Amino acid sequence: MSANRIYVFQRFERFWHWSQAALIITMLITGFEVHGTYKLFGFEKAVNIHTIAAWTLIGLWVFAIFWHLTTGEWKQYVPTLKKVDAMIKYYALGIFTNAAHPFRATRLSKHNPLQRLAYLFVMLCIGPLIWFTGWFYLFYDAWNAWGVDKYLSLEWVAFFHTVAAFLMLTFLIAHLYLTTAGHTPTSHIKAMITGWEEVE
Amino acid sequence: MNRQLARWAFCAILVAGLPGVGVLGSAALADEAPPVKLNSTADHSKFKELQKKLESGPDVTRACLSCHTEAAKQVHRTKHWKWEFLNPQNNQKLGKQHVLNNFCISISQNYPFCTGCHVGYGWKDKNFDFTVEENVDCLACHDTTGNYKKPAGLAGHPAYKPIESPPGSGKILQPPDLTKIAQKVGKTTRDTCGSCHFYGGGGDGVKHGDLDSSMAAPDKELDVHMDATGLDFTCGTCHSTSSHDVPGSRYKPTAIDKHDAHIRGKVGQGNPATCQACHGNTPHKEHPRLNAHAEKIACQTCHVPTFARGGVATKMSWDWSTAGRKGPDGKHMTKKDAKGHVIYDTRKGDFVLGENVKPEYRWFNGDITYTLLGDKVEKSDIATPINRIAGSPADGRSMIWPMKIMRGVQPFDPVNKTLVMPHTAGNDDIGYWKNLEWEKAIADGMKNMDAPFSGKVDFIKTEMYWPITHMVAPKENAVACAECHTADSRLKGISGIYMPSHSNKGWLDLLGWLAAAATLAGVLVHGAIRIVMSRRK
Repeated sequence: MSANRIYVFQRFERFWHWSQAALIITMLITGFEVHGTYKLFGFEKAVNIHTIAAWTLIGLWVFAIFWHLTTGEWKQYVPTLKKVDAMIKYYALGIFTNAAHPFRATRLSKHNPLQRLAYLFVMLCIGPLIWFTGWFYLFYDAWNAWGVDKYLSLEWVAFFHTVAAFLMLTFLIAHLYLTTAGHTPTSHIKAMITGWEEVE
Repeated sequence: MNRQLARWAFCAILVAGLPGVGVLGSAALADEAPPVKLNSTADHSKFKELQKKLESGPDVTRACLSCHTEAAKQVHRTKHWKWEFLNPQNNQKLGKQHVLNNFCISISQNYPFCTGCHVGYGWKDKNFDFTVEENVDCLACHDTTGNYKKPAGLAGHPAYKPIESPPGSGKILQPPDLTKIAQKVGKTTRDTCGSCHFYGGGGDGVKHGDLDSSMAAPDKELDVHMDATGLDFTCGTCHSTSSHDVPGSRYKPTAIDKHDAHIRGKVGQGNPATCQACHGNTPHKEHPRLNAHAEKIACQTCHVPTFARGGVATKMSWDWSTAGRKGPDGKHMTKKDAKGHVIYDTRKGDFVLGENVKPEYRWFNGDITYTLLGDKVEKSDIATPINRIAGSPADGRSMIWPMKIMRGVQPFDPVNKTLVMPHTAGNDDIGYWKNLEWEKAIADGMKNMDAPFSGKVDFIKTEMYWPITHMVAPKENAVACAECHTADSRLKGISGIYMPSHSNKGWLDLLGWLAAAATLAGVLVHGAIRIVMSRRK
């Protein structure tokens, strides 16, 4: 058991990841209740939990953005097409035949190119879509005062908020599965918990 | 030490004084301050004008007017007296003198019965003289004894000799002692207003749904303001009146009140009977989101969760077309439901009654247009509105209001295509309730209004809107979020609003769940292949 280990996820990153995961799952559960998909907490409670979770996540993101900027870790999400084809090939074929994982995590590059693209998509597309619509939803009361009531309709704000929620849900399902697609089925998950990723 | 001494001294004086009080007795008490604060500076029993035998209603009024010289003139200007209201918006002449409804329909040729609730004496036909001051009934509103009764049929007079009331009931109503009643007059109470307004439509709770005898002494659950052991509001606390002209009219309601809470000295404050007149427009201190709701939703929509909540049922529909069926014995009959409510009466037809009724909701801006006598109506499956309420999400002055919608089937003239006013009440050979002949009854009622009648009778579906505003529940019992924000929403079908859960686009959900399901299926298959392949090795 003298596998090589590298420290990929620092303490703040892990804290960010897991609290964000909890908050997003909470918001998915309560959000779809508000949406009317099922009854769990009751509408009023679901709205309250959803709102508190949203503000908490906003706070968390403020810290996360600050952390990424000051540590330079934002570079981890700069997209690249290099080796994307190799990753796709690995997930499509190599993974079944126990081929070598085409990506080797390092401190400077801890996400494989598909991860980079996926996370960037989450952060630049799903994130803003859900934030903006969510904020307008949250501040519906103030539309009049802001003078935006002429340009916005709650119906479409809610529509895009729901679109973003479905995208997030789809991401979550794929993401959960792909955590098992590291060098070993548990290496990614262990890394996200302990910070240390085992590499070959 | 000093204080103890003082206490002993005080007791000694008290004991010494006691026999003195006993000897002096009631003569001395009469000059002492009364034990509770009186809310009037006048004890009417001390007035010489009221210390003689008052034989009739007008007798009482003459006595009142000898001091309150302008009171009758004030009353003469009001809807309560004239039963007439000119809607300044569309110049419709309204008021009970002119409108029809889908309860007992109208007052035409039924005057002595309907005017049992008039604030006057002697309105027995359309020739009533509205200028006579002594015909104003002061006691109807100012009685405090509860003994002043104006039985139907006496044109607003109380009984002056023992009479059977209601006729045929075997119950004898003794004439009230008008002198005693006059000596005890006071401010209006829930009972005085209620003696008419609780019984609109011909019986307890029949008409309004949010006004019935349970509101005479309601508990907190029934009405948080009128709660008899709590805030104990009278009607006049909100319908704050000056010059005898009571504000807060159903003919021209204030559907939206953007004023702040009323402040003394400020002019142009509008209707004092609105919720906002006291609470302002942002009353939810801890829940700003609810204040935002209040921009589009009338207070009553959430705060009056159901009407007819006090144990008195209200009529929800009335089908006159089935009237006239007699019992096997050839006599008038009634049918009752399990609770003892009359649901069929030979004279009146079928009724549906309701208790704890969830209101229906409509956009409403306060504009009401009546279908009056002479207005053309068309028989169809769609009910003819007796009163059309206006409102829309886009006009900037509508709110979503709770309504009782009274549904009816009532006689109309299929040739002239108008609603009709039948003569119903009365112990004569015309009134429908005695003779059960529509043609005769309608011809008489229409003739009285100088309105044409073809002689043909058919029945037409009608509906009438009654905005709900009383029976305000304590805040804990207000309509909860989920009662509207749910698929089975109270506001289902209301246009111009978006609410998650019942305004959803179904196709988005379908696509979204398909995408999630496809992803799940994909990863499950992928995982399964991985497991199978690794086992093979």
